[in-house]
Amino acid sequence: MPLDESAVLSRVNEILAEHNGMEGPLLPILHAIQESFGHVPQAALPVIAQHLTLSRAEVHGVMSFYHDFREQPAGRHVLKLCRAEACQSMGADRMAEHAQRRFGIEWHETTKDGAVTLEPVFCLGLCACAPAAMVDGRLVGRLDEARLDALAEELR
Amino acid sequence: MKIYVPGDAAAKALGADDVARAVVTEAAARGVEVTVVRNGSRGMIWLEPLVEIVTDQGRMGFGPMLVADVPALFGDAEAHPKALGLVEELPWMKRQTRLTFARVGVIDPLSLAEYELHHGLKGLRRAIAMEPAAIVQEVTDSGLRGRGGAGFPTGIKWKTVHDAQAPQKYIVCNADEGDSATFADRMLMEGDPFTLVEGMAIAGLAVGATKGYIYTRSEYPDAVSQMQKAIEIARAAGVLGASVLGSGRAFDMEVRVGAGAYVCGEETSLLNSLEGKRGVVRAKPPLPALEGFMGRPTVVNNVISLASVPVIMDRGAAFYKHFGMGRSHGTMALQIAGNVRFGGLFETAFGLSLGEIVDDIGGGTASGRPVKAVQVGGPLGAWFPRELFDTPFTYEDFAAKGGLIGHAGLTIADDTVDMLKMARFAMEFCAIESCGKCTPCRIGAVRGVETLDRIGGGDASGIPLLTDLCETMKSGSLCALGGFTPYPVMSALTHFPDDFTATHKEAAE
Repeated sequence: MPLDESAVLSRVNEILAEHNGMEGPLLPILHAIQESFGHVPQAALPVIAQHLTLSRAEVHGVMSFYHDFREQPAGRHVLKLCRAEACQSMGADRMAEHAQRRFGIEWHETTKDGAVTLEPVFCLGLCACAPAAMVDGRLVGRLDEARLDALAEELR
Repeated sequence: MKIYVPGDAAAKALGADDVARAVVTEAAARGVEVTVVRNGSRGMIWLEPLVEIVTDQGRMGFGPMLVADVPALFGDAEAHPKALGLVEELPWMKRQTRLTFARVGVIDPLSLAEYELHHGLKGLRRAIAMEPAAIVQEVTDSGLRGRGGAGFPTGIKWKTVHDAQAPQKYIVCNADEGDSATFADRMLMEGDPFTLVEGMAIAGLAVGATKGYIYTRSEYPDAVSQMQKAIEIARAAGVLGASVLGSGRAFDMEVRVGAGAYVCGEETSLLNSLEGKRGVVRAKPPLPALEGFMGRPTVVNNVISLASVPVIMDRGAAFYKHFGMGRSHGTMALQIAGNVRFGGLFETAFGLSLGEIVDDIGGGTASGRPVKAVQVGGPLGAWFPRELFDTPFTYEDFAAKGGLIGHAGLTIADDTVDMLKMARFAMEFCAIESCGKCTPCRIGAVRGVETLDRIGGGDASGIPLLTDLCETMKSGSLCALGGFTPYPVMSALTHFPDDFTATHKEAAE
């Protein structure tokens, strides 16, 4: 369902007001917007730019620099699988292949039913209980195929 | 009955929340009054969730705990199948020198009263009674060097900021711990956040900064919320604010969260990100110590550097300095990770050999296969073969062997690892994470992936090209991302040349 633009802008303006007086507020603002809408709606960018006396290009430049910020909403659930070295040493590549096969999607894609978005992540700090994953903010250590299948059932 | 169930992210990832709930439910069913404390992790990740019960003899440990193991805790605990005995007496604990991590896993992380009972705030109180220059001198004398990886003397950095004249100065804590195999910053922020608050307050008093920022990662939601809570508690108790512990001197701080860019762990990129810009690396000079956050003099220190300051101020520079080896003074929080039997955090004085760490403390691989290579210092660190296992763990000794200790993370890999693939991954990672400012990194990493694919396809003429490219990246990049990516690549090629030959590829297929 497309977001109502005036509702977006009124929430964005609230968020901007909450960040008044902050040093270097752009990342906190983008985080807050993404938390509200699940992504950063394009309509928000010119409003942020004007409020911070930046160009729209600068705001877009910041937003697109960071992996976290989405232009489009993700699926209902986001499954992040760690791809860093410590997890690789414990089979992270195998986990990634298993997940991609199971959900029928590649990295950054969402299943057709909109249930799951699959994202790579580089380190969750769970390197001594690898391989690691994060499901909607919940951490999972010592991931294996069975655990991944159980998660997949849960996320349907 | 008092029971500790870690609230550390690794323990939670292994089911600690379920275990904690089961403890409460079981106790209620039995009519037993129980206090559950969510402590930090002791660092023995292979035993997590590690539950502790307070007894007259001390804290008895049980782990790794499953929900099904909980009811038996309320029976004859000593006969519990997961009983480990007194936690403090376990060999892993007894062999450590816990200075920075002394309280992690021990206290309730958000109890300021417990923090003070365990020597908390003593360093800050002593600092308040000292002249700022004397605090800087004390830190300099301790021999403390940057624990983020660069190893620059912390006291020297502080002195530059102390001597700078400016209407506003800042303390910025680099908690953007993005290196694979590192989790010490996370464990400290989750398990003993007041130590970081205290360390930053001391830094503020020392250099004349009144505002601090902790820049951490969105991948660390638990650490973020724990630090935010600790800051609020510290503020309410007058540890932070307009008059730190009634000293009449101000210091306050806040947490900022990154957005998934690895390069923001580089200090100048971090500062740009903190200012709300793209996390692009800045050329140095000017040093951040003179023109840092918002162009003002700024101390940028790693979490572990700042968290080591309270114990230095409490026990004195000489106490801290006498630990270690050569010019590497004090202790280092080793993070033993990857394919390892006993993985976790082990704080010890500098100087253990790599072999002792991997074979003896880590117990070899989890898979039971031989150790083939150990990457020391994160994704920008070199891979060490068994032939170099006698290297002592110090800044200088690792540099002398073509490596670095970085943030002291170790990724252990068994003999199934393909070093060509790991070299390719290093280049690929650099290509994904490059901020794009300098050409050797931005373009070099992409060419590096292509060249490694050629080599993997059996074209040995790619090897001199790769070597040359690494040389260019090493000497021509603006920061450690492009500059150090050659470490994993060249160490893989140098120490494991067989993985880069056509016969190897054929054998694998």
